[in-house]
Order: sequence, then C-alpha cells, then structure tokens
Amino acid sequence: MELYSLTIHEARSLLAERKISALELTEAVLERILEVDNAIRAYLTLTPEEALEQARLADARRTQGDDAPLLGIPVAIKDVICTAGIPTTAGSRILENFIPPYDATAVAHLKAAGAIILGKTNTDEFAMGSSTENSAFFATRNPWDLERVPGGSSGGSAAAVAADECLGALGSDTGGSVRQPASFCGVVGLKPTYGRVSRYGLIAFASSLDQIGVLAKDVTDAAILLQVIAGYDPRDSTSVNLPVPDYMAALTGGLHGVTVGVPKEYFAAPEVMQPEVTAAVQAAVGVLADLGARILDISLPHTEYALPVYYLIAPAEASANLARYDGVRYGLRVERGDLIETYNATRGQGFGPEGKRRIMLGTYAWSAGYYDAYYLKAQKVRTLIRADFDAAFGQVDVIIAPTAPTTAFRIGEKVADPLQMYLSDIFTLSMNLAGICGVSIPCGFDHDGLPIGMQVLGPAFGEEQVLRVAYAYEQATEWHLRKPDDGRFRK
Amino acid sequence: MKYEAVIGLEVHAQIHTRSKMFCPCPVVEDTGDLPPNTYVCPVCAGMPGTLPVINRRAIEMAIKTGLALHCEIPPVSCFARKSYFYPDLPKGYQISQYELPLCVNGYLDIETEEGTKRIRITRAHMEEDAGKLYHMGDGSSRVDLNRAGVPLLEIVSEPDMRSVAEVIAYATRLHSYLVYLGVNSGDMEKGVMRFEANVSVRPAGSDALNPRHEIKNLNSFRALARSVAYEIESQIATLEQGGVIVQQTMGWDESRGITVPQRGKEYAHDYRYFPDPDLPPLEISRAWVEELRAGLPELPDARRARFIRDYGLSAYDAGLLVAERAVADYYESTLSQLASAAEPKAVANWITGEVFRLMNENGCTITGAPPPSQLAELIDLVQDGTINLNTGKRVLEEMFTTGRSARQIVEERGLAQISDTAALERIVAQVLNGHPTEVTQYLSGKVQLFGWLMGQVMRATQGKANPQLVKELLQAQLEARRSG
Ligand SMILES: [Zn+2]
Repeated sequence: MELYSLTIHEARSLLAERKISALELTEAVLERILEVDNAIRAYLTLTPEEALEQARLADARRTQGDDAPLLGIPVAIKDVICTAGIPTTAGSRILENFIPPYDATAVAHLKAAGAIILGKTNTDEFAMGSSTENSAFFATRNPWDLERVPGGSSGGSAAAVAADECLGALGSDTGGSVRQPASFCGVVGLKPTYGRVSRYGLIAFASSLDQIGVLAKDVTDAAILLQVIAGYDPRDSTSVNLPVPDYMAALTGGLHGVTVGVPKEYFAAPEVMQPEVTAAVQAAVGVLADLGARILDISLPHTEYALPVYYLIAPAEASANLARYDGVRYGLRVERGDLIETYNATRGQGFGPEGKRRIMLGTYAWSAGYYDAYYLKAQKVRTLIRADFDAAFGQVDVIIAPTAPTTAFRIGEKVADPLQMYLSDIFTLSMNLAGICGVSIPCGFDHDGLPIGMQVLGPAFGEEQVLRVAYAYEQATEWHLRKPDDGRFRK
Repeated sequence: MKYEAVIGLEVHAQIHTRSKMFCPCPVVEDTGDLPPNTYVCPVCAGMPGTLPVINRRAIEMAIKTGLALHCEIPPVSCFARKSYFYPDLPKGYQISQYELPLCVNGYLDIETEEGTKRIRITRAHMEEDAGKLYHMGDGSSRVDLNRAGVPLLEIVSEPDMRSVAEVIAYATRLHSYLVYLGVNSGDMEKGVMRFEANVSVRPAGSDALNPRHEIKNLNSFRALARSVAYEIESQIATLEQGGVIVQQTMGWDESRGITVPQRGKEYAHDYRYFPDPDLPPLEISRAWVEELRAGLPELPDARRARFIRDYGLSAYDAGLLVAERAVADYYESTLSQLASAAEPKAVANWITGEVFRLMNENGCTITGAPPPSQLAELIDLVQDGTINLNTGKRVLEEMFTTGRSARQIVEERGLAQISDTAALERIVAQVLNGHPTEVTQYLSGKVQLFGWLMGQVMRATQGKANPQLVKELLQAQLEARRSG
C-alpha cells in the first residue's frame, strides 16, 4: 500500500507506532501530487518546502513525546480560507496576488494540531459555483472521469482527496459546496452546523450561510478533522459557545434506537433527477433499516422554495461582501483617470462572469423599493424552511436525502446555462438556509462508474448523530473503499 | 410675510473607548501629527475573511448617553450594513444601525429667551467611523485608516428648533452632556463632534414641513451657527422672490460664508441597508440598562440645581459654572480646599469674573488656570484680610502668568495689607494735613470728597492699606477736625 493512499486514522496509527515518519508521508503525498496534478489540477498553490519543513518539525515533536491529533498529517486547504504567508486567491483574479498576514481560525487549529499544509486547492471564484469551472485560473478535473467536473465550489479539495493528493482537506459550504463535490468525487464531505466552526479567515461569500467543512476519505477522518476545527471563536460573533463533544465516541457502528426520516420532496424531482441516484439512495435507506434503524416517511413542504430563496439571500449578502475588493488597499488595481473609472476597471477585470452576475442579482434584490419584496420575503420563507426541519427533527434523528440530483456532469455542459448549474444544488441549499449540519457519503455508482452521494442530515449541533449513522452505513458497505483508476491520470 | 425656520440636527460624536468599535485597535485622537495607518489591523482595514466583534464598552457608553437624553433603550438592537463605495470606507459598507437603533424617543431641554424648551430626540445609534482621505498636491489621494472603525454615536433630533440660537443652545448642551458622561473629550478641534443640520423655512405659525437643505460635515459651533443662519436667510429670500426650495444636500464653504449644493455620484445614494449577518442582534437586558442608569454621573441640569440650592448661587452663575464639567469640578474643588469661611457665592464670582477673564486673555481653558488649591489659598488671603480684593486680583493675574502661588507672590512683593492702626493713623493725618482745602470743602458739605481722600490714603500706602480700616480712621479724623 502506498503511503499517499492512507486515511488519516491509518496514518495516525503508523506515525504513532513510528512505522512511518511524517517526512516520509509528506514526501509520498508531494510526489503523488507531482504525478497526478497535471491531469487533475486540484491545487492552485503548492507549498512543498514549507510542508517538508513542517514534516521534519512534526517528527521532532513526536520524538519529544508530542502526540497532537494531526501531528504529521498532510492536508489541503480550499483557497477561500486564509493562510498566513501563503497566497489566498478565492479563485479570483481580483485576489491573484493577495497574501494574507493571518491564518483563518480553522487553519490555526489545524496547525496547532500538527497538520502539515500542502497547499491551496482550486475553487469557483469566491466559492460561487457548482463545478469549479468558475475558477479564474483553470478547471479542476474529476478523478473518476477527467472529462467531468469535480463539483464545486470545493472541487479542488474533493478531487485532491479522491486522487490521494492529500489525506484530508478543508472546504467551505454555502449551499452545498462541500457536500456536492464530495458526492461527485466519491469522498466524504461534512458541512457542520452554522456556528460550529469559526468563519474567521474564511473569505465571505454569503455570511449567514457560509460554513467551513471537511473533505475526507472516510467518516472517521471527517470526525477527526471536525474535532480539531470545531469550537467557539471570540473573533466570530456568529460562532456558538457550546462545548465540542467527542465525535470519535459517536462512531459506535450501531443504529438501534435511531429514527431515520426520508423526505418525499427529495425523491420527487423527476425532471432533474437521474434515476440511478434515486435508486442508490433508496437502497441505502434499506441498508440502514437492516442495521436496525426505524425508517419514517416525512415531508419538508417548503423544499421547492429553497432555490429561489437561496438565490436572493446569497447574492444579496455577496454583493456587500464583495464590495471591499475595490483596488484601494490590496489585490488587483487597474489604475484609470479617476476614482470611479478605477473602480469600474478594477472590478470589471477582477471579477469573473459568475461573480458579476451575483453582485448584480444581489444589488438588485435589496435596492430601495425591492427590499421588502425580495430580501425580506426571502428571509420569511427561510424561516419556514427552518421550521420544516425543526418539525422533522422533532420526529427523527437524521434525514436521508440524495446529495445531488445527478452524478458528475461534463466539463462545459452547464457553463452557458447558469440556471441548470444552480439546479445541481437543489438538495443541498436548504441545510445552509436552516443552518443545520449534514454529511455526504458515497452510496453507489452509476452506469458510467461515477460515484453517487447521499446526505445524512442532522439538526443544529447534531453532528454526533449524523456521524454515527454515516459511520454505521459506511461500515456496512464498501463504496468508500473504491478508488478511481489512476492509470488514466498518472504521469 | 413672516417666516420661521424649522431645524433638526444630527450630531456625530466619537465615543471614547480604549479600542475601536469592532476590533482591538486603540482609539487615538487625531492630533494632526499621527503617522497615517499606524493604528490599523486586518479587521478595520477590511481584509478578506475578517469579522467584526462588538465592543461592549462602546455599547455601554452609548446606552448611558441615551439614558442621559431620556431615551428608551429597546431590548433588541440590530447592526446593519450601509453600502457605498469610497476609498476611506474599507469594506465598501459601513456598519451602522437602521432598524432597531440602540436608543429611541428621548429629549434634551434647552434654555431659550422664552424659557426652557424641549428638543425631542428621535434616535441615537452606533456606527463605525470611516478613515480619512488626503488629497495630495500631485493630484493623487492617500487613505489613512487610523480613524476607521472608531465608534460614533449619531444623535438625531426632531426638527424642533426655530432659530440659530436654539440650534447652538442644543448643540452646546449636548456637547456638555457628552463631556459630563465621559463619552467624548469635547475637543472640537480634533473632530470628535461633527454636525449635520436640516434646515427648512415656512410661514410663521404654519405647521407644514417644507423641502429641506441638509448641510453636511460641520465641524465647529461657529460653522454650524453661520451655515444655519445663511440657509435661513437665503431660503427666505428665495421664497420671497417666488422661488422654490428643493430638497438638497449642501456643503458649507467657510471662506465664502455660503452653502453650496453637493453634486457628484457620492451623494446620490441608495445605501441598501440590510442587517449585518456577521453580528447577531444584540440583546440588551433590563438589568444591564438599570445597572448603567445607576452608574450615570451627575448631569449638568442636576448639578446646576444643586449649585443653586446648596451654594446659594444665582441661576445665571450656576449655569455658567456647570456648562463645562471641568469648570464645575474646578469650582467644587476650590470650595473644598478653602481654609477660611469665604462664601461659595464669592468663590463663584472669582471664577466667573477674574478666572474667566484671565482664561480669555491667556487663551487657555480651565486646565490652564492656577489649580483649585492655589485659587483657594488666594481667596483665603483676601478673606482673612492679609490682602485686599484689588491686590488679590493683581496677584491672580501674576499667578496665571508665572504659575507661582498666591502666598509666594504676596510675601515676596510685600503686598500684605497694612492693618496696623497706629501706622495708618499717621498716614491719614499726613494726607489730611496735606490737603487742607479739600478737608474744608468736605466739612462744609461736599461729602463726595470722602472717596477722593480715601484714594489719597490708599495711594500713599501703595494700595496695601486695609480699606475698611482706612475708612473708619478717615471718618474719625475728619469728624475730629469738624468739632475741633
Ligand atoms: Zn483594527
């Protein structure tokens, strides 16, 4: 077995037993990146020297008896998350040369836990997209089929995990941006509850929806990573001051006494739904029943409004969040004759088409005269969507739903039709609007051999029950053990 | 036709916390020589991914101000983003308040010629200050973010004022309140208080609200008074000539003494306020409000009433003393350090008379005056007769300029008054012998010559004679000559 294909928990044992060193592990992963990333293009920035230095340091720390939870584990960071001294572009020209002087709190937690930062992964510009094609730099390829997208916006992180270019990665999820690429790439993608992980240092897209999440090779790894990055942060007023439970303790393997809800709205969208996806998720529900879970049909009646509500709230917040990119203090500046022209040229050249589209949508949605009709109305419907979940979680412990209506689509297929692109997130948007948690795990493959993902959703701060159910399913199935054939992308 | 003005005021007051509104950077008053961008961090520079955290101290000071202005403090307050592009605004939006401000429905009473008048306060809300833009000689502009993120309280009045005098009475009283509360240094030259006046005019007695002119960015009481006076006159003139007033934003041109319409894109805003998702609504418990209320200092009105009641001062003198917290403190500190039984009224006279006059002459504030302990010593010297009142005034002048104590000056210059009866009797006799004509005239009924004779005696003693004693001795010797 190659070192780069280890999971975090496997590598952790080997490191603890001194069977491998952090340096060997890091070298193996860096070599792997050199071998495959020309084809996959998961990384925007690589930091090999720093990574090797950190690996040596990790080995030295271990010699001194340190056993920090991620000591010597090489990970990747989505490029919307700030890393001190390492370029952080958000996938945008406007931040092409931006090097933050600070770490995001989640990154600081990873470093404190001994993790080794390999580099920064590709993303749709400012996390706006579902395919990573909106990156200003290049598109990332799906390791299962290089002609297909890895999903997005955390497509770089998901592809890197799937192609063994890191042991785990951070992503961000505003409307499904961790879960949908996890589904497309056949890996585990966890979106924590809003407020569970600090947003400090996460470049804001839509502040009331954004949450840092993790991409991992299996559920155990997702739990390990979440354990490290979760917790209250006084620098983020929306982070919640609740104790962080022991997530590993939730991975019991049993499902007795667990009630699983199956919402009819997530299985009744025939026009966009790939039948194999429905079938795979239904089969997975059967597995959960076999494992002892009680299955309950439920309804989340406002599901159909999630998409329009999301596309009012997210662009509205984004249009304000992106106002700071004006060329005055950092990032791209296209100097022109006067101030207004400089603004126009800087933002005109700095933002890509999707960024501009959302800035315009958002500016319109809360300009004078439209605020009540759009923004305020959307907030009211958001409350109804939240109430749907509150009611459901009064009856069930977790909810099962497909992660995306289809498996990975072809590169270029939906670029010209933003509405089609937006539809690929219809099953993941509601959870961000409601602020709840969920994980996408592999649950099958379609006739093209592309991975299918299913979501296990829990109430706010219900990460333990979500991980418990996901882990039990994973233990009972072998989907997560399948790897893409790297003969197609290895140099 | 007779017109009346309708004026409302928005006051932007810096809140003097140690750190900025949403980040740990220190708040530093702009002394003019502060190197630019030295008190800036990723948060107040609007760097990607940074988040604001509310400064609780700033909220407390704002609530205290609201309570002092008789406002209601709603149980939930909300921060909003106010969007516009300008190079001194790092995030492209200002964190401010729109719906659910911290303080609502208050008032401030002012003194006018017709008596006390109540000016209603619509709301007071918190926001962060922007940075400062410097336009360089070469046509470029530079941004300084030292001030960006400094907490501001915007206090908005109803259009309840009808004259420049009322506007100034309101503005100065508000200024005095803020200084009393310790919320603001009151140092206008450092831009810690800025005004925006909304002015319209209408036929006297009408209750119409006509289109108004908003005069922005007024940084002194003088600019406020002049610009409002100008607006009232020019609007009346416009109406009398059959013209129409349109609602407009104006700037004040200090050098030309006129208001000018502000054009340009930066004034045509749709601010697109919406609740800031980075800051959950602030819950303000009643217990917190009551705790803050209990901690309010004595405010000008209460202090004035106490001065009248406890020290027997006139309303006018008490008003003069409490207008500035530092002066009122100076007065009470002087009182507490008196060794003699000088009257509080006399001490007030010293301050509102001589001390104020000398502050004016020396171009200083009360902090530049001799300390209260030294004023108390001087008043004691006058009270116990060591020096007379006129000498005392001369000594105070010297205290201002040299910084020396009253006792030192009196001793070194030999100013102690002559109260030795025998010595004075000799001098009086000499003076009377030296002016036989005047003595005869006095004795034959020209009594007003008494003052002149007294002056001759004082001159003969270089002003050091105890005037009361001189008066007695002079009277006695003159009467003696009448009978003799
Ligand atoms: Zn700062």
